[in-house]
Amino acid sequence: MAITRAASHEEGARRDRPQVPPAPSAPPAPSAPLAPPDEPRRLTSPLVLTMLLLLMVLLQSPIRRALSAPVMQSWTTVFVAVVVQALPFLVLGVLLSAAIAVYVPPSFFARALPSRPGLAVPVAGVAGALLPGCECASVPVAGALVRRGVTPAAALAFLLSAPAINPIVLTATAVAFPRNPEMVLARFVASLLVACAMGWLWQRLGRTDWLRLPAHAPHEGETKGAAFWDSVRHDVMHAGGFLVLGAMAAATLKAVAPESWLRTAAENPAVAVLTLAVLAVVLSICSEADAFVAASLTQFSLTARLAFLVVGPMIDLKLFAMQAGTFGRGFALRFAPATFALAIVSAVLTGWVLL
Amino acid sequence: MGPAVNRQSQAAVLFLLGAALLHAGTTDLYLRYVKAGLRPLLLASGAILIVTALATAWYEHRRTKTKREQEQQEQQEREQQQELQTADAGAPAAPEHTAPEHTAPEHTAPGHAHPEPRVSWLLILPLLALILVAPPALGSYSATRTGTALQEPLAYPAPPATDPLPLSVVDYAGRAVYDHGRTLAGREVRLTGFVALDHDGTPYLVRMALNCCAADAQPVKVGLTGDIPPVLQPDTWLTITGTYTPRTVHDPVNDGPIPFIEVTTATPTTTPRDPYDESWNN
Repeated sequence: MAITRAASHEEGARRDRPQVPPAPSAPPAPSAPLAPPDEPRRLTSPLVLTMLLLLMVLLQSPIRRALSAPVMQSWTTVFVAVVVQALPFLVLGVLLSAAIAVYVPPSFFARALPSRPGLAVPVAGVAGALLPGCECASVPVAGALVRRGVTPAAALAFLLSAPAINPIVLTATAVAFPRNPEMVLARFVASLLVACAMGWLWQRLGRTDWLRLPAHAPHEGETKGAAFWDSVRHDVMHAGGFLVLGAMAAATLKAVAPESWLRTAAENPAVAVLTLAVLAVVLSICSEADAFVAASLTQFSLTARLAFLVVGPMIDLKLFAMQAGTFGRGFALRFAPATFALAIVSAVLTGWVLL
Repeated sequence: MGPAVNRQSQAAVLFLLGAALLHAGTTDLYLRYVKAGLRPLLLASGAILIVTALATAWYEHRRTKTKREQEQQEQQEREQQQELQTADAGAPAAPEHTAPEHTAPEHTAPGHAHPEPRVSWLLILPLLALILVAPPALGSYSATRTGTALQEPLAYPAPPATDPLPLSVVDYAGRAVYDHGRTLAGREVRLTGFVALDHDGTPYLVRMALNCCAADAQPVKVGLTGDIPPVLQPDTWLTITGTYTPRTVHDPVNDGPIPFIEVTTATPTTTPRDPYDESWNN
């Protein structure tokens, strides 16, 4: 604790000072925590990391004791589970996004997608079916697409449709609802509808200054290998941090909120749809597994469960944190509520027609 | 919290994270958190994270080296320029703005001036939780707070003729509730699960069923009746033998059906290799 507080203090103090470039002969990675007052130097992160890890190893048994209460144990298990389950898919998405950013020339997307944005949106939405993974993979890939000059409306349609309509997720849905094969069709149609609607909405109302992509372009004078691994490192660190944040929220809900709330909610059809939509956001379950959870919520109507399946892959706590990290907070704050509302409308309409 | 994460630290965090995933994937630790089928992906992503860490460290090393060489070169050029200027005062002084950008080792190349945000520090948390704490699989706490997730099986294949008949908790519950024990008549069955006690003290034998990871794990419960041990500690793993009984109750949490089993013997056992029931994955 003391370390981090001291560090943030230093950080604040550093920001107040005018930027003085250090002497050209400064040695790399200074390791002294306390620099002489005449030479401003912040606490370096390798040092903090080493001290933090040492401290944790020393405090191992008190930490274990504090986590031995059933509620804390359950929290830690779910937290670790969400992170361990999502990391492989995040790494897959990050590799793909780095490959797009470094090896695929922007002209490829210009040729592959129709030049009219209104037409590019549905094409990108359907192309989402090609990314076999869950939502953790689609965020970095969509970020790379925007950076590669794909019109944001199309990239966003891809971002929303990919985790919901790819073959793996649709197969899982079919397995989870063996008696209701129409759920697979309903999920496909409703998700694609939302993805296209959000793309078109962005095209009409979206402003590029809401998008704040971190400066990330491959650097001149660097080899492609260097740029590739730099992109992988950046995305894992960045999206990974936000993934951890979302996993903490999901674990808190799972360990603390009582399930008996659900029973009262299931009785009213409108409340049921809203409840499962909110639940999808808060639980942040991977889109490859959410069908099984939806199938187990037997007290709810099929339409309510469809809302759960449509909302979950498009917007949840973990995704919101990752979108805010990749596209900027101003974007996420506008994009998330609109997606949520449209997903509910689309699920209810599709459920009304198909289920 | 803390200063922004620079590249050396990032390489260290990535390396440790990759190592933690490899550790979890090569031991049975990962089975406490995710489904067994995720193992190849876990190992692959652990290896990729380690490669990323090594690549980051290597390129960082090369970058500082080339930077130092460049600086030396620029220094030499500047000296030559100065010599030229002193020699020929009329020549325009061209390279005035070369030096200042190429200074601090952490902020060298253009576009590198932004270390990762502080949220990246959070990646240490799962690392510590996985290596230092290694929390156990979900147990009686989650089981009593969540309603039974029993679903109607698609079919009831005739069980093998072994005696006692080994069944999973999920299989027994499905046959008992939805087939009214027709395939279990006159058979002694053997189940393995952990103990959970209801609010009123009813003992259940529970297995958490898992589809993807522990976040979606849901319990399937079988009530214990008959010759049960006098003291039952929640979370102890038991192997019981018993016979079908038509008694069922409704789960107080979600009204789901909970069948019972007439216990004849109950012996404590170790936690199975895979603590979850993954039959829904197949």
